[in-house]
Amino acid sequence: MRVALFVPCYVDQFYPEAAMATLEVLQAHGCTVEYPRGQTCCGQPFFNNGLLDEAYELAERFVALFEGYDAIVAPSSSCVATVRHRYGTLSDAERFAHICSHTYELCEFLHDVIGPERLRFERPFPLRVGLHNSCHAIRELHEARSSEEMTDPFDKIAAVLAKVPDIEVVPPGRDECCGFGGSFSVMEPEVSAAMGLDRIADHRSNGVDLIAGADRSCLMHMEGLARKRGIPIGFAHVAEILAGRIDPKECKK
Amino acid sequence: MIDHAGAAAEFLGDRTRAKRHDEALWFVRQKRDAAAGSLPEWEALRSHAQRIKEHTLAHLGYYLERFETNARANGIEVYWARDAAECNAIVERLLAEEGARSIVKSKSMLTEECGLNPYLEARGYEVTDTDLGERIIQLAGDRPSHIVLPAIHLSKEEVGTVFHETMGTPEGLSDPEALTRAARRDLRGRFLCADAAITGVNFALAEEGGIVVCTNEGNADLGCAIAPLHIACMGIEKVIPSARELGVFTRLLARSATGQAITAYTSHFHAPRPGGRLAVVIVDNGRSERLRNESELLRCIRCGACMNTCPVYRRSGGHSYGSVTPGPVGSALRASADPADAGSLAFACTLCGSCDAVCPVRIPLHERLRIAREAALAAPTYAPKRRILKLAAWVVRDPRRLEWTAWLWRLADRILPGWILERLGGPWSRERTFPRPAPRRFSEMMEERNG
Ligand code: SF4
Repeated sequence: MRVALFVPCYVDQFYPEAAMATLEVLQAHGCTVEYPRGQTCCGQPFFNNGLLDEAYELAERFVALFEGYDAIVAPSSSCVATVRHRYGTLSDAERFAHICSHTYELCEFLHDVIGPERLRFERPFPLRVGLHNSCHAIRELHEARSSEEMTDPFDKIAAVLAKVPDIEVVPPGRDECCGFGGSFSVMEPEVSAAMGLDRIADHRSNGVDLIAGADRSCLMHMEGLARKRGIPIGFAHVAEILAGRIDPKECKK
Repeated sequence: MIDHAGAAAEFLGDRTRAKRHDEALWFVRQKRDAAAGSLPEWEALRSHAQRIKEHTLAHLGYYLERFETNARANGIEVYWARDAAECNAIVERLLAEEGARSIVKSKSMLTEECGLNPYLEARGYEVTDTDLGERIIQLAGDRPSHIVLPAIHLSKEEVGTVFHETMGTPEGLSDPEALTRAARRDLRGRFLCADAAITGVNFALAEEGGIVVCTNEGNADLGCAIAPLHIACMGIEKVIPSARELGVFTRLLARSATGQAITAYTSHFHAPRPGGRLAVVIVDNGRSERLRNESELLRCIRCGACMNTCPVYRRSGGHSYGSVTPGPVGSALRASADPADAGSLAFACTLCGSCDAVCPVRIPLHERLRIAREAALAAPTYAPKRRILKLAAWVVRDPRRLEWTAWLWRLADRILPGWILERLGGPWSRERTFPRPAPRRFSEMMEERNG
């Protein structure tokens, strides 16, 4: 399967290790992965802030770069949600149809396309991991059942992580938003911080060794809050755990 | 102009209050979860309710006229009001006809929207809100902060103080049961000598020509049973085809609102009581305008679930929204109707989507807020934000520009002292540290790999 890797711009610059981990996990599971040159941004900030012309241009760029692949995989559910749900609302939705339905968040791809029974992760991770599922992962990509929905519970990200030897995945008490919300974080800094600190406290009350998630942007916000206040807790992208790129010994406080 | 962020920051300044507010509403949300989870058909019921509302709104003229015809046949008077001013004038005319001076009111968000209380009070009428939450707000001279739990922003101690000052309850009394009893004693007298009762309407049944009011305290019933004139004010969106559909909504409403299986009273008024008058005022007040391109918002049955679940609402308090209806649905209503004044409400949202997932009639609330941002961003207040976004779009449109920006950032990170970086970070840095740029970007690593 020809898989294209999409690396969101902030991951490219601040969290290249999460992107490298994504690449390694995909390759380890038999995918031929290409990283199309010249990729930048899926357009999410512009879709979400009402700049549709700008958003459309970026969607066009995205389609031009990624059109020819069987699947497009990204280590970010919010970018994937943008491609899947927002591109479809653009005027010539036809053109975007293949892209919309074949762009996946990493864990979603591993769970739904590769299949849980084929997942092999070599390096054990004998720690308690607080899983922060982002709202986009839960409520837009439906990678997990939200607590609002009265359907049978499932969590694809937790199911994928659970394949890592010795890991213990712990959900938080509330599957609530961390308060990042892109521009929300700077337009409503106080509410945003209160929300993030509540999530951190929730995870810490479960005695977790670190907080992991499929959206580095949410983690970036919470990590920034924790560092500013000297709260001793680590953060990692799930891909880094799957790829065995984090030394568990370094996470133990 | 509404400044949600500023008002929210103020609310959060009182940590104890903010925490109590968050926890009290989360508790209601959990009660809702338990109640909803007890019905295996919950999700299907929501879809069903959505479709009934969609159908009714698509044929709204038909159902409203049908309601009018059948209600008239039952002896109910029906009046049409284009806006708040007409609604208030009609109500006053009816009161004047009966020579009514003292009025008891129950369960009406619409009259709050129309500003009926101040309108009548300015004309010498005595209006008593009879539902406990509304009564507290009235005595405190405050504004409601939630559509189902209007006094949720007040602590029981604060309520005790209000009651002490206005009804003479013992100083320091804050036991909720004792306070409720005091309020009830005071209200009984007012019920007995009321000349007219005003209520809202939860559902208007087109086929039967009757209205339904759902309450927990029974005040609507008491008021209407005693006073000779009952005026019910309803928005045009309250009509449903018939009593057959009613069960779908009553099952959803109480479970979504408070986690009860059903409200304590589901009162039907299908005719005036013998010797009395029942008048229904049907109010538009901007609703038919919404019917054109945001009819989803008219499906709302005012359960308040989107407020209870909203992580922003719970931490910012209802008053921070500066409008009659706060929270997700309030923001969607206000921001689209008045983007210049209420633009900040469109941005008082992380787009987490929790509201959509609880809404019993499946209103795509966060999508409406996303759409409202387009118009909001065009307002002069948001010119700087717009410029920054446009600049960002210009950067990411070209990979080379993005590279230069990354290079600049890395340079700044290396040579600038921490405090300058923090300055540059503005509101981000007030609460958080910045992530450090990695020594090599992923794209650089890949370039090297592929030679
Ligand atoms: S928008 Fe939906 S959840 Fe919110 S009050 Fe209306 S019906 Fe209830």
